[in-house]
Amino acid sequence: MPNEEKIQQELSAKFNFLSGNIQIVRPRRISVSVAEYKNFRPVFEFAAKELNFIHLCMITGLDDGEVLSFIYHLAQDGGALLNIKVSIPKTDPKLNTVIDLFPGAEIYERELVDLLGVNVEGLPSGNRYPLTDDWPKDQFPLRKDWQPPKE
Amino acid sequence: MHDAEQFKIPVGPQHPALKEPESFSLALKGEKILGVDIRLGYNHRGIEKACEQRSYIQAMYLVERVCGICSHSHSTCFIQAVEELAGLQVPERALYIRTLIGELERVHSHLLWLGVAGHEIGFDTLLMYTWRDREIVMDILALLTGNRVNYGINTIGGVRRDISAEQKEIILKGVKTLEERTKYYIEVATQETTIIKRLSGVGVLSRETAIRLDTVGPTARASGVDRDVRRDDPYAAYAKMDFKVITDNHNDVYGRTVVRVKELMEAYKIIRQCLRDMPDGPITVRAPRKIPAGEAISRYEAPRGEDVHFVKGNGTEKPERVKIRAPTLANLQAVKEMLKDRYLADMPIVIAAIDPCFSCTDRLVHIAEKKMKKIMSWEALRNYGIAWHKAHGVDFTPLNQLFRKKLERT
Repeated sequence: MPNEEKIQQELSAKFNFLSGNIQIVRPRRISVSVAEYKNFRPVFEFAAKELNFIHLCMITGLDDGEVLSFIYHLAQDGGALLNIKVSIPKTDPKLNTVIDLFPGAEIYERELVDLLGVNVEGLPSGNRYPLTDDWPKDQFPLRKDWQPPKE
Repeated sequence: MHDAEQFKIPVGPQHPALKEPESFSLALKGEKILGVDIRLGYNHRGIEKACEQRSYIQAMYLVERVCGICSHSHSTCFIQAVEELAGLQVPERALYIRTLIGELERVHSHLLWLGVAGHEIGFDTLLMYTWRDREIVMDILALLTGNRVNYGINTIGGVRRDISAEQKEIILKGVKTLEERTKYYIEVATQETTIIKRLSGVGVLSRETAIRLDTVGPTARASGVDRDVRRDDPYAAYAKMDFKVITDNHNDVYGRTVVRVKELMEAYKIIRQCLRDMPDGPITVRAPRKIPAGEAISRYEAPRGEDVHFVKGNGTEKPERVKIRAPTLANLQAVKEMLKDRYLADMPIVIAAIDPCFSCTDRLVHIAEKKMKKIMSWEALRNYGIAWHKAHGVDFTPLNQLFRKKLERT
């Protein structure tokens, strides 16, 4: 059985709520969409610890209108990429950090804080990234309704 | 700012060692580094947001300018995602040309790095040698694409310029010289006592830490992490190429040097295969202006490591979202680890050893005519330089003659 199908089966066997939400996009590309944020951590941890997705490539943050969505791109050493997508309401954009599993994620999470206005819980205090220290606290450039200030 | 035990010194953002802005705040006790605090973002230009306001083809030219050195990496990585969304079947010949340019880019980037590394450890002869040899590959790139950097060879659905039989000959000739030179550099890197002593045990990153911190590219491979997107998640024509993924178990700056010089040899192998096996045929397919809705993620092994691009389309001619993760961002985290408990004097080479990216666009070659080139030959450039200095009252002729005589005697 191809590796992609095996991953799909293992994920759907472990998590009932994922059935129908796992898609093999093309060879080496699997997309999973987790409906509720409370279910995200178990899936993420299972992929990282049990399915050998030991490399976090990046975290993509998206402004999807009513919600903010996040895609965690995880890679296996064999080249397979698992994209775990989850959404949270824009009115209360709260995420839990994943730096306990992937310390390298710190900078990616800081980017979400600065550019999309996400509140990442568990992120240690430190320098902001990538915006300047005097950037207004309520301006999030990657939100769709954000416009650069008129000169 | 300090107590009796500990000093804090800022290095950067106008960095004295690397020609790019980032700020390191070092906590020191005597000469020892206790901890490092990194502040990034001085070069943030809002490219991801800017892409959302541009058409796909405009965005491609924009992402090519993310980096001056791995420009081809970024544009290829981006359009691979776009092509996946559009369902385009890129012609074989175009894939080979992309691979060829990608490897030439790796050669120029690694040679550049070797020079920088030499400079950081006070071995400027190595800098002069490697950067002179790098001109060979820069000239090849300029000949093929019209530019030394920011090649503009890619377009959605293929490449913009074909490669002629004469150009193939020039590339092969250049690669032959470079291969000879690289053999010499491998000898220098692995046998020269000064290099070995200066780089061994400096900037140590264990295999476990390299994996834990998600490092990529030569930085990871020098810590024994056997990862290379070209082999693991092949793109362009890499699935058909025969090459070795170079790893090393020294886990230090020395290992990173060895990995890069050996990767040069693999790059020449791939370049030769590209030229030998390149099929005839078209170099581009027609791409639609409107790209269907969907999400695609593309990976590319840039000279510095894995480059990742995510593109979301919404059915219009502009992307909904573009996300880029350049390799240096993944590797910078590891620098903190490498510097901890080390001496301050090791800082420049340790930071340089992950090969952080900076722009090197320094001159132009005109290709306005159909004949495609107006390149100053090496000899002409040399004569121009000599004449310029003579006109300004500096004449090296007697010194050169003396030097030549000395050479003949030995």
